[in-house]
Amino acid sequence: MLEVHGLRKVYRSGSREVEALRDLTFTVAAGELVCLVGPSGCGKTTLLRCIAGLLDPTGGTVTVGDKSGLAIVFQEYGRSLFPWMTVRDNVDLPLRQKKVPKARRRELVAEALTAVGLDGTESAYPWQLSGGMQQRVAIARAVAYEPSILLMDEPFAAVDAQTRADLEDLVRSLWQRLGMTILFVTHDIDEAVYLGQRVLMLSASPTVVQDELTVDLPAERDQLHTRADPRFAVLRTRVYAQIQAAKARTGTASGAAGELSSVDR
Amino acid sequence: MTALGAAAPRRMPGGRALLGLSGLTGLLVLVELLPRAGIVSDRYLPPTSRILAALADEAATGAFWVAVGDTLTAWAIGLAIAVVAGVAVGVLIGAVPVLRAVTASTVEFLRPIPSVALIPLAVLLYGSDLGSTLLLVVYAAFWQVLVQVLYGVADVDPVADETARSFRFSALARIRHVLWPTALPYVFTGIRLAASVALVLAVTAELVIGAPGLGSVIAVAQTSNAIPTMYALIVVTGLLGVTINLAARYAERHVLAWHQSVRGEAPT
Amino acid sequence: MIKRLLLVLGLPVVLFLTWYAASANSENFYAPPLRQILAAFADTWTPDRLRADVLPSLARLGAGYLLAALIGIAAGVAIGAGPRLRAAAEPVLEFFRAVPPPVLVPVIMLFAGIGNGMKVIVIVSGCVWPILLNTVEGVRAVDGVLSDTSRAYGITGAARLRHLLLPAASPQIIAGLRQALSIAIILMVISEMFAASNGLGFAIVQFQRSFAIPEMWSGIILLGLLGFVLSELFRLAERSALAWYHGVRDAQRRS
Repeated sequence: MLEVHGLRKVYRSGSREVEALRDLTFTVAAGELVCLVGPSGCGKTTLLRCIAGLLDPTGGTVTVGDKSGLAIVFQEYGRSLFPWMTVRDNVDLPLRQKKVPKARRRELVAEALTAVGLDGTESAYPWQLSGGMQQRVAIARAVAYEPSILLMDEPFAAVDAQTRADLEDLVRSLWQRLGMTILFVTHDIDEAVYLGQRVLMLSASPTVVQDELTVDLPAERDQLHTRADPRFAVLRTRVYAQIQAAKARTGTASGAAGELSSVDR
Repeated sequence: MTALGAAAPRRMPGGRALLGLSGLTGLLVLVELLPRAGIVSDRYLPPTSRILAALADEAATGAFWVAVGDTLTAWAIGLAIAVVAGVAVGVLIGAVPVLRAVTASTVEFLRPIPSVALIPLAVLLYGSDLGSTLLLVVYAAFWQVLVQVLYGVADVDPVADETARSFRFSALARIRHVLWPTALPYVFTGIRLAASVALVLAVTAELVIGAPGLGSVIAVAQTSNAIPTMYALIVVTGLLGVTINLAARYAERHVLAWHQSVRGEAPT
Repeated sequence: MIKRLLLVLGLPVVLFLTWYAASANSENFYAPPLRQILAAFADTWTPDRLRADVLPSLARLGAGYLLAALIGIAAGVAIGAGPRLRAAAEPVLEFFRAVPPPVLVPVIMLFAGIGNGMKVIVIVSGCVWPILLNTVEGVRAVDGVLSDTSRAYGITGAARLRHLLLPAASPQIIAGLRQALSIAIILMVISEMFAASNGLGFAIVQFQRSFAIPEMWSGIILLGLLGFVLSELFRLAERSALAWYHGVRDAQRRS
């Protein structure tokens, strides 16, 4: 469904060049839930933007399987929803762009809002809702869009721990019910192992795929038991060790992060 | 994170200045070419070169500089009066919550009254003296300052205010330690807005009433059909306006920078 | 409810009564008793007079303001959306904005004579700058995450303008429209003082020139009332158009 091959991104600022992504190659098959983890500043966001078409790569290719389009859920839920539109209109707008007929749109919107547990909030404005609910609206919008792949960029980083747990379970249940393809970027190692079928570990900048790991936990997961599972701890430790190694390898991981964040701005 | 396109100009401030300069140059070239090419009659719009020549001629005369001085004098005096009055009234109203509620409707009613409505009155009272100009300038500028000071007063952190009260701060002490620091940035915004409004009204008064200053020189140039001179003087008023704006922003940034660092953490 | 009414009307009524009483026996030629002014008000501003003078003024004001809004917003969006164009245009626009608008009246009279067209052009020439510059700023400052979200969902072109740029910039645009309204009223009056055969500004100047002082004052009061009414109408319109924006700000302040 998604093929990334030799992806390279170099930022030019004046005379300086920063190689954010060096050589990224991986695939996400249809219906998979893949998590991407990496040290801070390793260009996870840059990668996601290249895939979403918001940034032009300097080299390499990104191929998205079918043409139903991409949906992306950002970390800053407050800033990704249109504050002048109701929840319903927010979820509806991308469908209007896609020229979906009115009746079908109404169905999709209602289904999506029910799926994320926001029945009855259609007429509310985003800023009237809590942070967790706003992020659910963003997810509903992505789900209603029926994308070929759903990209999620650290979507729960700005939410409190309990809400994060609920939203993680929401993503997994949506994934299982609707059979979506999801690429989930996070800096939270536990989250990556809890959610993913596979976890891709990225190196520090200039970024390559450092390691890959298949999560052989049962398909039915829940916050209490799965996280207490000894296998979870083993997987988690492996990912953690890889990330630490990635940070140590470049040594100046934080330096690169500093450059990257100033360039991102 | 912002869209990447917006990042580029900020990373090369030299590039922005260059683009700005090219914009200005483009305008000058356009004004030179349009009348010369006959697209616009040069009676209505003289070419840049002729306007600049007229400007040079004017600058050589003493009368021009006297006029500039008159305009700036009226501007400065009027602005000073308006700022002092605006801040005083604003702080007074702000410090007493009852006053704020009682005067709100009056302020909202008087504020939108266009100062030009006072022109006939000014003419009757002061003729074409400095007084006319000052009447208009002070009236218009005062409201700019007052409104901003009232915004600043409304922005005071209620927690800070209550804390001060619980420590039995006198009204004067509360003004000094709670109200004033919060209102200060707004005062500067008010001064900046009042400064440009004051220039507009000063020149307007001179233009319409004939009080001494650039405005009346422009009126004379128009009636005596000295078109390039008229344009040159208009450019001068524009330059004055730009200078005042820039100076006000500069002062605002520097005084407030000092102010913020002395205060440490801003209450907002 | 009574308390609210008292607060709103209290001071104005007190001031009004004070003016009335203080001027009751005034011998000052320039400051006649308020009683006289009110009488002159009733006599002068008959429905016929209102139609003959105030209506044309308002019509010119409306035309100029609307035109300035259209031009200002259209140009503002075009300039605001392109960083290079913006950087190039900014100094030029700031210069034009700094020129005191009444000063352009003689220039415009050269081009446009002394008719209604001249007055409308004068109003446009002064009003358009705050609208334009505020629109540029509003479009420039559209939230990056929102912009990226729109692009990712394929909301481009006209849809982007309609659903993203204009609503996002609307607080700034409306602030510009607010400033432009004050300027428009000033220019409406000034252009009539210069060269007109009807209009509120024209009437006031006529009264002044013929030393009809109470009538002059009544005209000034009417002009003040007009300014106030327009300002209130604007505020009502703004409150409904920007209800979402006030909601967002309140939510932020509470958090």
